[in-house]
Amino acid sequence: MSVLIDKNTKVICQGFTGSQGTLHSEQAIAYGTKLMGGVTPGKGGGTHLDLPIFDTVEQAVKETGATASVIYVPAAFCKDSILEAADNGIELIVCITEGIPTLDMLDVKAILDGTDIRLIGPNCPGVITPGECKIGIMPGEIHLPGKVGVVSRSGTLTYEAVKQTTDRGYGQSTCVGIGGDPIPGSHFIDILSLFQDDPATEAIVMVGEIGGTAEEEAADFIKANVTKPVVSYIAGVTAPAGKRMGHAGAIIAGGKGTAKEKFAALEAAGVRTVNSLADIGDALSEVTGWA
Amino acid sequence: MNLHEYQSKQLFKQYGLPVSDGIACDTADEAVAAAEKIGGDRWVVKAQVHAGGRGKAGGVKLVDNADEIRAFSEQWIGKNMVTYQTDENGQPVSKIYVETCTDIENELYLGAVIDRASRRVVFMASTEGGVEIEKVAEETPEKILRAVINPAVGAQPFQGRELAYALGLNKTQVKQFTAIFMNLSKLFHEQDCALMEINPLVITTDGDIHCLDAKIGIDGNALYRQPKLAAMNDPSQEDEREAQAAKFNLNYVALDGNIGCMVNGAGLAMGTMDLVKTHGGNPANFLDVGGGATKEAVTEAFKIILSDDAVQAVLINIFGGIVSCAIIAEGIIAAVRDVGVEVPVVVRFEGNNSKAGAEMLTESGLNLIAATSLTDAAQQAVKAAGGNS
Repeated sequence: MSVLIDKNTKVICQGFTGSQGTLHSEQAIAYGTKLMGGVTPGKGGGTHLDLPIFDTVEQAVKETGATASVIYVPAAFCKDSILEAADNGIELIVCITEGIPTLDMLDVKAILDGTDIRLIGPNCPGVITPGECKIGIMPGEIHLPGKVGVVSRSGTLTYEAVKQTTDRGYGQSTCVGIGGDPIPGSHFIDILSLFQDDPATEAIVMVGEIGGTAEEEAADFIKANVTKPVVSYIAGVTAPAGKRMGHAGAIIAGGKGTAKEKFAALEAAGVRTVNSLADIGDALSEVTGWA
Repeated sequence: MNLHEYQSKQLFKQYGLPVSDGIACDTADEAVAAAEKIGGDRWVVKAQVHAGGRGKAGGVKLVDNADEIRAFSEQWIGKNMVTYQTDENGQPVSKIYVETCTDIENELYLGAVIDRASRRVVFMASTEGGVEIEKVAEETPEKILRAVINPAVGAQPFQGRELAYALGLNKTQVKQFTAIFMNLSKLFHEQDCALMEINPLVITTDGDIHCLDAKIGIDGNALYRQPKLAAMNDPSQEDEREAQAAKFNLNYVALDGNIGCMVNGAGLAMGTMDLVKTHGGNPANFLDVGGGATKEAVTEAFKIILSDDAVQAVLINIFGGIVSCAIIAEGIIAAVRDVGVEVPVVVRFEGNNSKAGAEMLTESGLNLIAATSLTDAAQQAVKAAGGNS
């Protein structure tokens, strides 16, 4: 078991023939993802990486039965691409692209809210169920099929957490990068809820960072709903206020969204927090009793 | 990206919002001429910097003759202004904004932000204008009124009326306020704003509502479709190294420690800074070389880190996902040779091609310290920078 995706998930790629789409589609295919084809308007009818190209998501869904789409189109076209996927029955949309205007995301969220469509990202590494399906840009080889659910706002920090769980042999049920933007498609609580209900997930690692209140909301949710052990690390204890730390969402504004507040909220919710990201594996071992 | 007050007011004017007549000036002579052109016998002169708190810092003054305008301009142009919102060096002043004087009866507050929790643009209004709104929000949150904008239909006049009546405005003022509210919302959406603030929004002694100040922040991600706004960027208001880094798609933020950090990924870059701190060191910067780091970007990153004289050691932490550690290694070797790095450099590679990258560093014969783990990397860097600080 896993969350969001498994070995049967049929995936299409929007922005299939571009450089990013090509590179990561090749890697996804090599990993074993059921990539059914891709969409590039104007190139429909052709093939790319031995897979069919479609002009529209509508055609791609009709021909392939895909239920998931990964988006690599440039930021200026992402709103259009996400809404196209949403309009054509795609259930899981994973948007990797960084730099989407915030007002575009407000429009997207307004349309997706109240539907069952799940958007992961933008500005994220994607989703992987190790050994089964890889949708995104994460290096497949650091993952191991297993029992830890990983959810994170940062790409490379996710890799650190993944590596520590792989090195100890725990492995991962599914890893979800929700992305570093101020308006993400999915929040921690959406993914925590999935992990709580997933029998294959025995413990959860949540990697947050400064900015916003998503970690505080997650703390409330965990206190009320999550019975599985949770280990959490928050990046940015040393970040100064008012500065955007790379991710558009990682900014301490008006004194709010500091790492200290987030650590405190999570600890109050019974989460095992670590101050050093190198300690995630040790902490997991402690809270689960795993060797 | 932030705009100066004079730039924000140009936009306000375009959207039919009531602002004073004003002219932005580069020299004292221009400022004196501007006052003459605007006319009248009293003016407000305002030093233009990207920071609030200018009034308290002496950067805003009421003047009634040319000598005062000249003295004020000469006092500020070419100088740095320190306010409660700047760092200890302050922000450089290169322009003085000369405006007609407004007689104030009452000061209000009106602002708009993108609220992350509700995922909406939210307007905030308050009768407590002219003071730090953060304080009002903290101490008397009931004095902040809110209007949440639905992206499907945009701002509606009833929302403006609700705010206006709650602010206790009279019938004429309610109409004026509602028009301001509607136009501001239009501006916010059309110009891809991230935040907007009028503090104070005043009621004049004639009973009219007037935008006395104007602050606008633009969503940096949207600048590709806002070329006019992009051209308004004033790099002098940013840290020089941060601006240089941005040219190479590097995210750099200067800090006050002595360990330069070069990391791929924003989260890991923050995590690395935290780790340095945990082990008793002090990071000199945040630097994310990005997912698609090239040899050139790494070289540039090195130059920027080393242009900070405080740096006594460099810590490079790369988790190769998309980016290959071998490419980073090439960049490091080239940079160390080109730039002539004299401080110790600690490198930790993990992930994509990490072994090949580490071997290249060893074979280069350069003075690089290879770290065996994350913790080891932080400890080595702290040690190399002269121990706990």
